[in-house]
Amino acid sequence: MTEPAGDVPAPGTAETAGLASGEAGSRRMRGAENYLALLPFFLYVGLFLILPTLIIAIGAFTTAKGQPTLDNVSRLFTDSVYVDTFIKSIQLAVLTAIGGAIFGGLLAWAVVRGDPNGFLRQLVIAASGVLAQFGGVMLAFAFLATFGFNGLVTIFLRDIVHIGLLTDAAWLYSLTGLAVVYTYFQIPLMLIVFLPSLDGVRQEWYDASASLGGSSWSFWRHVGGPILAPSFLGALLLLFTNAFSAYATAAALISQGASIVTLQIAGALQSEVVPGQENVGKALALGMIVVVALVMLLYALIQRRASRWVQ
Amino acid sequence: MTASPGGSLSAAAPQGGALVARPKGAGRGRRGSRRQLTVRVAILIVVLGYLVLPLFAMLEFSTRGPFGSRTLDSYAAILNDQNVIDGVTTSLQIAVLTVIGMLVLLVPTMVWTVVRVPRMRRVVEFLCLLPRAIPAIVIVVGIAPIYRWMGQHLGAIGASPLTLAFINIILVLPFAYRAIDASLRSIDTATLADAARSLGAGWPRTIVQVIVPNIRGGILSAAVLAIALVLGEYTISSLLAFNTLQVVIFVLGQQDPFISVAVSLAALVFAFVLLFVFTRFGGGPDRRFQAEVEEPAG
Amino acid sequence: MTDTTRTVASNGHGVAVSFQDMHRWYGPVHALNGLSIDIAPGELIALLGPSGCGKTTALRALGGLDDVDQGRILVGGRDITRVPANKRNMGIVFQAYSLFPNMTARDNVAYGLRLRGVDGKARNRKAEEMLELVGLGQQTKRYPYQMSGGQQQRVALARALAIEPSVLLLDEPLSALDARVRRQLREEIRRIQIMVGITTLFVTHDQEEALAMGDRVGVMSAGRLEQIAEPAELYDRPRTPFVAEFVGLTNRIPATATNGTVAVLGTDVPLLEGSAAAGPVLALIRPENVRLTAADDGAGRVAAVSFLGSLCRAQVTLPDETLVVAQMSASEASGLYPGASVAVTVLPTPAFAVAS
Repeated sequence: MTEPAGDVPAPGTAETAGLASGEAGSRRMRGAENYLALLPFFLYVGLFLILPTLIIAIGAFTTAKGQPTLDNVSRLFTDSVYVDTFIKSIQLAVLTAIGGAIFGGLLAWAVVRGDPNGFLRQLVIAASGVLAQFGGVMLAFAFLATFGFNGLVTIFLRDIVHIGLLTDAAWLYSLTGLAVVYTYFQIPLMLIVFLPSLDGVRQEWYDASASLGGSSWSFWRHVGGPILAPSFLGALLLLFTNAFSAYATAAALISQGASIVTLQIAGALQSEVVPGQENVGKALALGMIVVVALVMLLYALIQRRASRWVQ
Repeated sequence: MTASPGGSLSAAAPQGGALVARPKGAGRGRRGSRRQLTVRVAILIVVLGYLVLPLFAMLEFSTRGPFGSRTLDSYAAILNDQNVIDGVTTSLQIAVLTVIGMLVLLVPTMVWTVVRVPRMRRVVEFLCLLPRAIPAIVIVVGIAPIYRWMGQHLGAIGASPLTLAFINIILVLPFAYRAIDASLRSIDTATLADAARSLGAGWPRTIVQVIVPNIRGGILSAAVLAIALVLGEYTISSLLAFNTLQVVIFVLGQQDPFISVAVSLAALVFAFVLLFVFTRFGGGPDRRFQAEVEEPAG
Repeated sequence: MTDTTRTVASNGHGVAVSFQDMHRWYGPVHALNGLSIDIAPGELIALLGPSGCGKTTALRALGGLDDVDQGRILVGGRDITRVPANKRNMGIVFQAYSLFPNMTARDNVAYGLRLRGVDGKARNRKAEEMLELVGLGQQTKRYPYQMSGGQQQRVALARALAIEPSVLLLDEPLSALDARVRRQLREEIRRIQIMVGITTLFVTHDQEEALAMGDRVGVMSAGRLEQIAEPAELYDRPRTPFVAEFVGLTNRIPATATNGTVAVLGTDVPLLEGSAAAGPVLALIRPENVRLTAADDGAGRVAAVSFLGSLCRAQVTLPDETLVVAQMSASEASGLYPGASVAVTVLPTPAFAVAS
C-alpha cells in the first residue's frame, strides 16, 4: 500500500518568461546585489546593537586606562557585594516567574475556553498587551497608590476595616514589595505568551479522549499536559528574563542601595565609582548578558522541541 | 437487505416554521459544563480583579481632593505643567520617528528575505530577536559612549532627545518582527511578488502597492507596539539624561505624587484605547480568512 | 465503479441505534429539527448533506460530545441521552488532527485500553493487532507528524475500534485527504466495517462517498431528514427536489408543465409527486437521461466534451442559452466535438420540476 508521503509541493516558478525588466527570472539569484539590499538593516543593527555589545564585552576586560585585565570580571565572583546582588536578582526573577506563570496560565485557560472572537477575549488580550508594556515607573506609582502610605488598600485596611495588616507600607519599598509588583507585571506577559499555545490544544484531542473513555483528568495527564509542558516551560523562561532584566520599577521603588544587579549597573553609570573599579559596571552588564543569553538559548531549544509534535 | 423502515420524511411534515417550541436553556455553547463555567468565572474575577485593583487605586488616588472630596484638579494640572507637556510632546515625537524608522528599515528587509534571499531569513530573524537577550539597562551601558559622541559631534540634532528614536527602534525590533512576520506568513508573499513582477512592476512599486496593503494588520500591530513601547520607556531615557514622558513622571513623583499618578493613568488609558481599537477593527485580510474557515457544525 | 457488496454484516455484533425526534438549537439556529432515524444492527448509515445541515451535530449528539435539547437516543434499546461521552463506549473518527501528537501510533491506539486498565503487554499486543488490521503493522512506532493524512486516519480508525465499541462514528473522515487516497481508504473502511459487523454512522458532504459506502443514505437539509433510503432508490426515486438536486448531477431545463406532465425539449415527461404541476418550471433531468444525436440542423451546439474513462460528458448550449450536460458511454460520444450541432432530447423517465 503506497501512500503519498505528504503534500506534493506546488511547482516553483523557476522561469517566468517575459519579465518586463529583462532579468534572468530565477527567484533565487545568487547575485551579490540581492544581499546589498539587506545592507542598511545590517549596518543599522551593527551600529546600534552589535557595537554597544562589543563596547561592553571589551570594556569588561579593560582597565580605565585601556589595559586588558581580568580584574573586573573576577571581582564579580569574589566580591560578596556583587555575588549577593546576582543571587538576589536571580531569586527575584525565579519567584516572580513562577508566580506569574501560575496565575497567568490560569487566566489564559479561563480565557481560551470562551468565544475566540468574543468581546471578553479581545478585551483581555488588548489589556494584557498594554499592561505588559506598562512601564516600570507607572507600575511602581500604581502600587504606591494602592499599597503605599496613602494608598487605597492601606487606608481601607487601616481606617475602614481596622485590620492591622500591611499598614506599615514600608514593605513595598523592599525586595518583597518589588516581588509583588513584578508578579503583577508577569501575569499579562504570561497571558500573551502562553495563550497561543493553549489555543493549539485542539478540541478534537479532548473529544477523542472523551470518546475513548477518558475523563478531564486523563486528558490533561496523558495528552494536554505533555503537549503544553514545553511551551509552559518556555514561557517560564521568558518571564524569568523579563524580571531579571527589569530596572525602571526597581529604580522607582527602591531609593536606597543597590540590592539587585540592574540597580547596581545604573549606579555604576551615574555616580562616582571607586577608583580601579571603573569598568566593573561593564563587567556586570556582561554578566547579565551571559545569564540572559543562556536562558534564551534554553528557550530556543525548548521551542524547537515543542513545535516538533504540533505541526 | 436492510429491514428497518426509513425515518421520517420532510414531505410528511409542514414546511418551515418551528414545530416545536424552543425550550428554555436551549442553545448553550458546545462546551458548556456548568462546573467549568463557575471555575472560569472565579478565576477571571480573582485574577482580573487583582490586575484592575492598582488601576482603580490610581483613579482613586489621582482624584483625591481636600477633605475627602473628589476632584479632577490633578488632571487639569497636567495641562498646565510645562514639564509634562514637554515630556509628552517629546515622547510622541520620538514615537512617530520610531514607527517610521522601524517600518522603513524592517518592511523592505523582511519582504526581501521572503522573496529574494530566503536563506537570510534566519539571520534577520536572529538579529531582530537579539535585543531580547540584551536588556535595556545593558544596552544603555554600551550605547552611552555612542550617544556621547553624537552629542559632541553632531551639534544640536545630536544632542536632542529625538536621537532616542535610534535606540527605540532596536528595542521594538523583536515585537515588530513577530507582528510583521505573522502577516507575511499569512499571505503567499512570494507568489504575490512574482505576480506583480511578471505584470511589470518594479521592486519599490511591488512592495508599496502590492505587499504592504496586504500586511496592513501586521504593520499596524507593529506600529501600535512601538508607540506603547516608546511611551513606556524609562531606563535608557533616564540614564542618558533625556526628558521623556516616563522620566518626567518619575521626577514629578518626588514632588507631586497626585499629578504623576494622573499622568500615568492617562498614558495607560490612551495606550489601551489605541490597542483595543486596533485589535477590534484594524484586522486586515487575516480576519476575513478566519470567518470563512469557521463554518457551523453540520 | 466497483463497490463492495452492500451487505449488512450478520455476525451479530452490532447493536441497533435510534434517534427519536431530536432537537438542538445553537442560539437561534435550529440545528436539529425533529430528526428521527432507526439504524439496524451492523448497518452503515451515511448521512449526507451540505454544510450546516445538521449531520455533524447529529453525529456529535450520538457520541455525547454535544447535548441534545429535546428527544432521545437509544443504543441497543437503552436510553443513553443523558450518559456522558466517556461512558458511551463509542468509537469516533474525526475529520483530522485527532491523533494525540505526543504519542506513537501504537500508544494512540492503546490509549483507550489503558484507560480501561488493560496492562501494558496486553494492550500493546491488541494495539499492534488493530494497526495490522488497517494495514499499518510496520508503523507502530511512528508519531503522527511523521505520517501522511491517510495513514493518520487509519490509525484513528484503529484507535476507535480497539476499545470494541458498540457503535462506530465517522465524521467526514476522508474530507481532508486527496482524491486517490480517499477512494482507497473508503473501500478499506467499508471492508473492515462489514468484517467487524459494527453499527456505523458515516457523515459526509460528498455524495459519491455516501452512495458508495452506505447500506442506506440519509439526506439532510436544515436540520431535517429529507429522505433515507438505499443508494439506488435515492438516486432513481428521489422524494423531494432537494434530494433530486443534491444527489447526482442534475440539469435544470426550462419547460412548461401541465397536469402532471412537463414537455421537455419535445418529450412529455411524467412528473414525480411534489413537483410544481403547472406553468413555467425548471425540469430536473439527469445527464444520463439526455440524448444527443449528431444532426446538421440540430438545435444544440456542443460546448465541451469531457472524457471520464468509461463515460463521457458533453456540455451542450441550447438556443435559449441554457447549458445542458449529457452523459453517455465513450463509444456513443464518438461523433461529438466542440462546435458540433446536435439534436437534444430527453428520455421520458419520471422527473421533478420546480417552479421557475
